Amino acid sequence: MPGILKIAYKLLANDRARFVALLIGITFAVFLMIAVTSMFSGTLKRASATVINIGGSIWVMDPSIQTVANTIPLPDYILDEVRSIPGVKYAVPLYAGAALLKLHDGAYQSANIVGLDDTSLFGRPAMLSGNIADIFAESAFIAVKDSEFYKLENPTIGTDFEINDHRGVIVGIAKVASSGLFGVPTLYTTYYRALYYIPNMRFTISYILVEPKTSAEVKAIKQQVAAAGYLALTKDEFIAKISNFYKYQTGFGVNLMLMTVISFIIGLSISGQTFYTFILENLERFGALKAIGATSRDLVYMILFQAAFVAVTGFGIGVGLCTFIIWLARAYLPDYAAIMTFPNLSLAFGMVVVIAAISSYVGVRKVLTIEPFDIFRG
Amino acid sequence: MPGTAIEAVGLSKWFGAGEARTYAVKEVSFQADFGEILYVVGPSGSGKTTMLSMISGILRPNAGKVTIEGTDIWSLSDDALAAFRLRKIGFVFQDFHLFPRLTTAENVAIPLILQDRNWDEAIAEAVKDLEVVGLKDKAALPPVKLSGGEQQRVAIARAIVSRPDILILDEPTASLDGETGRTIVSFVRQHLLSDRRCIVIVTHDSRIYDFADRIVKMEDGRLTGVEREKLDAQ
Ligand SMILES: Nc1ncnc2c1ncn2[C@@H]1O[C@H](COP(=O)(O)OP(=O)(O)O)[C@@H](O)[C@H]1O
Ligand SMILES: [Mg+2]
Repeated sequence: MPGILKIAYKLLANDRARFVALLIGITFAVFLMIAVTSMFSGTLKRASATVINIGGSIWVMDPSIQTVANTIPLPDYILDEVRSIPGVKYAVPLYAGAALLKLHDGAYQSANIVGLDDTSLFGRPAMLSGNIADIFAESAFIAVKDSEFYKLENPTIGTDFEINDHRGVIVGIAKVASSGLFGVPTLYTTYYRALYYIPNMRFTISYILVEPKTSAEVKAIKQQVAAAGYLALTKDEFIAKISNFYKYQTGFGVNLMLMTVISFIIGLSISGQTFYTFILENLERFGALKAIGATSRDLVYMILFQAAFVAVTGFGIGVGLCTFIIWLARAYLPDYAAIMTFPNLSLAFGMVVVIAAISSYVGVRKVLTIEPFDIFRG
Repeated sequence: MPGTAIEAVGLSKWFGAGEARTYAVKEVSFQADFGEILYVVGPSGSGKTTMLSMISGILRPNAGKVTIEGTDIWSLSDDALAAFRLRKIGFVFQDFHLFPRLTTAENVAIPLILQDRNWDEAIAEAVKDLEVVGLKDKAALPPVKLSGGEQQRVAIARAIVSRPDILILDEPTASLDGETGRTIVSFVRQHLLSDRRCIVIVTHDSRIYDFADRIVKMEDGRLTGVEREKLDAQ
């Protein structure tokens, strides 16, 4: 490391109180930004839980669908039409809806009901206990062991309940990749049983899941579905659509933006101000260096280095702290909905860079205007 | 190689504009030679620090010219002038201006570090110079742990560490008691003066006048006379 940067480091780090204040400012801002955006990412992922858990390459739906939770049933002939598209390998119906259960103790509990295609069981979950084939048994339902499982009163195989005056019985426990967002437990059954148990409108198919022959066919399939007046989205497109709905069409997104901006402003004001005070307090030193023979470039490097050092260190501590807290939360709440994504980290890093840039710009401007003589006149 | 080290011609510095213009230094001309200690004496506010800053390349004059070893220093670019100061001029500031967050040795090493010298080498040389001024055992301490006289010696070590031809001290005894002040200047005379170096000291402390080769007087920004001429017989 060049000597002047080592001096810059010592001027900064040996000033313990200021250094710690600077680090706290950046760390706090980074922590807030990452925590808020991670929680939001976790929430968004949960909003798409059904899509993630079922899988399926292409989802066909009514064009006015905003999010997976609000289904608009499709007429049966659409299924035949989709099946007749040349690039389609197979297409199956999916039922996704809600029902009110009456549990053993008499309490009512609402639940998501997912009805899998009777012939293929496409989208079937991984079983923790029981056999997936038992889903064909009389009144059979499979309970999903996610964070809402306990709301079904922790059923085991054989536990029964009432669903719209029918009897339902748990024949297996399954696990899924993602819990849902809405605090409701999920039960899997077959498509036809779902239709039979749950009162429906004229149309009954919630989604049609399509597997193309090759991925090259996706585009053509989408066009054909569109020509029929419906919408076909790949799994990732559907997840993105759901995310965008929560980001832009609900209060969630605005609040997230606000929190992120607030974290940024807090970070900028704490760190920017502390850094500026630090520069002011060291103006005499920068003046002395200038008088001894440091060039303006030397001084600029020193300040940029100091700002960058604080920024990177603070970012590291902030990320570490966030990881630790999320880890801690997960240790107690296994399904805790917060995920640090690469975009989240990049956003926070970008903001830290902006904070460092603004702080050092102000510092550099100040230092370049010092007249050493004004300092030595005494 | 005695000869002219510093030549100032018609140096002026004013502050304020128009009616409010006041001269801190007005049309000062003098020269200082290698191998001598030149004192500039005068009351507080007479323009001594302003004049020193101009001859050492820290403060740009409004008029006049400063030539050091044949270089017209104020015609240099900012960067070239900085490099010139770094190698040729050692400046001991009136209030020392040591860095409280660095050790004594690191303080002394600053000019070498600014010359991109290797850190460890620079510190080793700084410690040698601290030994010269009798402070070797204080090398690892921060300057605040040192007495005023010791801090003054650290400032001197920092000024000489890059072996400058010109050494400039602004009121080196102002914050010291009489005895310590005399010891310091006597040390400067005995150990730091050579016929390849020119030393300029600003002071109004008459107790140290006997260490000067020549003394010029400033009053109200002008050179008003010569207290003592160099004795050829010395
Ligand atoms: N930046 C400045 N603005 C206005 N007046 C100044 C400035 N610098 C110095 N002066 C004035 O110039 C005069 C000489 O100051 P200085 O060189 O510090 O004197 P000395 O070192 O002899 O005490 C003083 O009257 C001082 O007030
Ligand atoms: Mg002065």
